[in-house]
Amino acid sequence: MTEIGAIADPQQPEIDPGRRKFLTVATGATATVGVVLAAIPFVESWTPSERARALGAPVEVDLSKLAVGQMITPTWRLQPIYIVRRDTAQVDKLPQNDARLKDPKSEHSIQPPYARNEMRARRADVLVLIGICTHLGCLPKQFFDAGDPVLGADWPGGFRCPCHGSRFDLAGRVMNGSPAPTNLSIPPYSFRGQDTLIIGTDETTAKGTA
Amino acid sequence: MTPDDANKTGYRAAAKGGLWRWINHRLPVDTFWRSQLSEYYAPKNFNIWYFFGSLALLVLVLQLVTGIFLTMFYKVGAATSFDSVEFIMREVRFGWLIRYLHSAGASAFFIVVYLHMYRALLYGSYKAPRELLWLFGMIIYLALMAEAFLGYVLPWGNMSFWAATVIINLFGTIPGIGPGLVEWIRGDYGIADATLNRFFSLHVVAVPLVLLLLVALHLVALHEVGSNNPDGVEIKHKKDARGRPLDGIPFHPYYTVKDIVGVCVFLTLLAIVVFFVPTFGDLFLEKANFEPANPLSTPDPISPSWYFTPYYAILRAVPDQRIGALLMLIAVVSFFFLPWLDRSPVKSMRYRGWISRTFLALFTVSFLALMYLGLQPAQEPFVTMARIFAVPYFAYFWLMPFYSRIDAVKPVPERVTFHG
Repeated sequence: MTEIGAIADPQQPEIDPGRRKFLTVATGATATVGVVLAAIPFVESWTPSERARALGAPVEVDLSKLAVGQMITPTWRLQPIYIVRRDTAQVDKLPQNDARLKDPKSEHSIQPPYARNEMRARRADVLVLIGICTHLGCLPKQFFDAGDPVLGADWPGGFRCPCHGSRFDLAGRVMNGSPAPTNLSIPPYSFRGQDTLIIGTDETTAKGTA
Repeated sequence: MTPDDANKTGYRAAAKGGLWRWINHRLPVDTFWRSQLSEYYAPKNFNIWYFFGSLALLVLVLQLVTGIFLTMFYKVGAATSFDSVEFIMREVRFGWLIRYLHSAGASAFFIVVYLHMYRALLYGSYKAPRELLWLFGMIIYLALMAEAFLGYVLPWGNMSFWAATVIINLFGTIPGIGPGLVEWIRGDYGIADATLNRFFSLHVVAVPLVLLLLVALHLVALHEVGSNNPDGVEIKHKKDARGRPLDGIPFHPYYTVKDIVGVCVFLTLLAIVVFFVPTFGDLFLEKANFEPANPLSTPDPISPSWYFTPYYAILRAVPDQRIGALLMLIAVVSFFFLPWLDRSPVKSMRYRGWISRTFLALFTVSFLALMYLGLQPAQEPFVTMARIFAVPYFAYFWLMPFYSRIDAVKPVPERVTFHG
C-alpha cells in the first residue's frame, strides 16, 4: 500500500484493508447496539410513573342524587367522565339522529362491547362518556335542550366542542361535518346495586388492569 | 511536553508580541475576526429586509438572558408554576419587566423570523447555492415553534393547559402508534405534573442547545456561500485584482454599524410593547392564561398564539381529523422544498414576471388571512373562508414547478443595482 517514492517505515507492518474495514464495521455496529439499548431506560422514563399508574385505579360514583337532565363530571385517570341521567323520551329519540351521524352504530368508536348499541350505555338512563373530544382533546360543553338558540332549530340536544366545533348527540355520537372522527369514547364501567357506578372496571377488567 | 519545554521551543515569540500575539498563537482570534467580519464581503446593496437576520440573533440573546433570570424565580410543578409566575409579576423586583420582555420577545422572535423568511421568498435566497442554508433556517424555525409551544405551557394557566392538550393530541392522529405516543409524551393519563416537568427541561435545556447549534450551522453555511441580495446577483463572480468582490463591502464596519441602527429601532418598538401594551390586545398573552390550569374547563373560545394560527386555521378547515393534521403538517413542511420547487432561472422577484409576482402576492394575502381566521371562533363564515385561502397558500408552493418555469423573466444585470 506504500506510495511510490514514499519512505517505507520498516517498523510499520503492511496495512491490511480488509482487517481495517472489519474492525471499523464491527466497532460501529457494537456501538450502535449499545446506544439503542442505553436509550431504552431514557425512553421508558417518559411513560406514566408507578404513582401515576396507582392513581389511575377505578373510582366509585354515587348516582342517587343525579336527577334527569343533570350531568356530573367526576375524573378518572385525569379525564373528566360525563355522567348524564337521560329520560325515556330522550333515549327514544336517539334513532332519529342516525342519518346525521358519522358512526351511528359505533363501529369505529372506542367503547366496551356492552355500550356498543343505539343508546351507547349499559343502562338507558345513565350515559357514561369520557368527556374529551375525539378530535384534539378539548371538553365538549353540554347543550342538552333540543333546538338550542345558539345551535339552531334542528339541534337534537347533546354536546358541542368549543375548540373546533365538533357536535355530538345525547349518546355521545359525532355528527356529520364535525372534525372529530369518532364518537366520544366510553370507559369500562359497571354498577354495584342501583346507585353506585364504578368507573374503570367491569367484568373483563375485574383484575384492575383497566 | 511540559509548559516549560513549550516556552523553550519557540513560543518565546509570544513574549515579544505581547499578550494578544500569545493568544493568537494558541487561538485564531485575529484570523477569525478577519475571515468572518473585517474581510468578509457582503453585497453592498442590502435594503431594509436585511436587518432581520441580525435582529433574530439579538432576540435569541434576549430570550436566553431573560430566560435564565426567569428560571431563578420560577418553580416548576403543577402546584407551584402558576403561583411562581404571579410571584415574579408582583413580588420580584423588576420581575414584571423580565417576564414581559420574555413573553413579548417570543412574539418578536416570530415577527422577525417571518420577515427574515419572507425576504428569502422575495429575492430567491433559498436557490442554489444556498439550499442547505435555507434548510438549516427552516429547522431553526421548527425548533423555534417547539420552543415557543413548550414555553407557553410553563405558566400553567388555563390556556397553557389546553394548548398542551390540543397540540399533544395532534400526535394521536398518527395511525397505529398515536395513542401510545400521546401517553408517552404526557407521562400520565392526561396533561399533568409529569408533562409540565419534562416540558420545562426541554424548554430551558434541550431545545436552546439545539437552537444554538443550528444557528451556528446556519451562520457557517451563510459565510461559506455568502449572502444573496435584492438583485439576486452573485457578487463572487466579479472580483478585483486582490480577489475582493467588486460589489462587496466588509461586514465590519459597514454592516455592523448599519445593523446597530436596526437594533435601536427594534428595541424602541419592543420597549413600547413591554411598557404600554405587554399583552398586545390578547395576542401576546391571552386573558384565559391569567387563570390557573383547570382540567375540567376548556376556555371558550380557544386559539393558539398568533404565530401558529395560519396552520391552525388549515387544521380546523378540514372536517376530517387525520387529513386536517396532515394538511397542517404539509403547510409547514412545504417551505423546506422551495429550493427544488422553484425552477425559475432568476432569483429575485425584481426580474421575474407577473405570474410569479401574482402567486407571491396571493400567498402573502392568504398567509395573513389564515393568520386572522385562526384567531376567530370555529364557526361560519370563518371555516369556509379558511378553506378558500388555503388554496392559494398551497398553490404558491406546489404549482411553483410549473409557473416558475413558464413565467417571463427580465434580464438580470451583471452587477448589483441601487434601484428596484
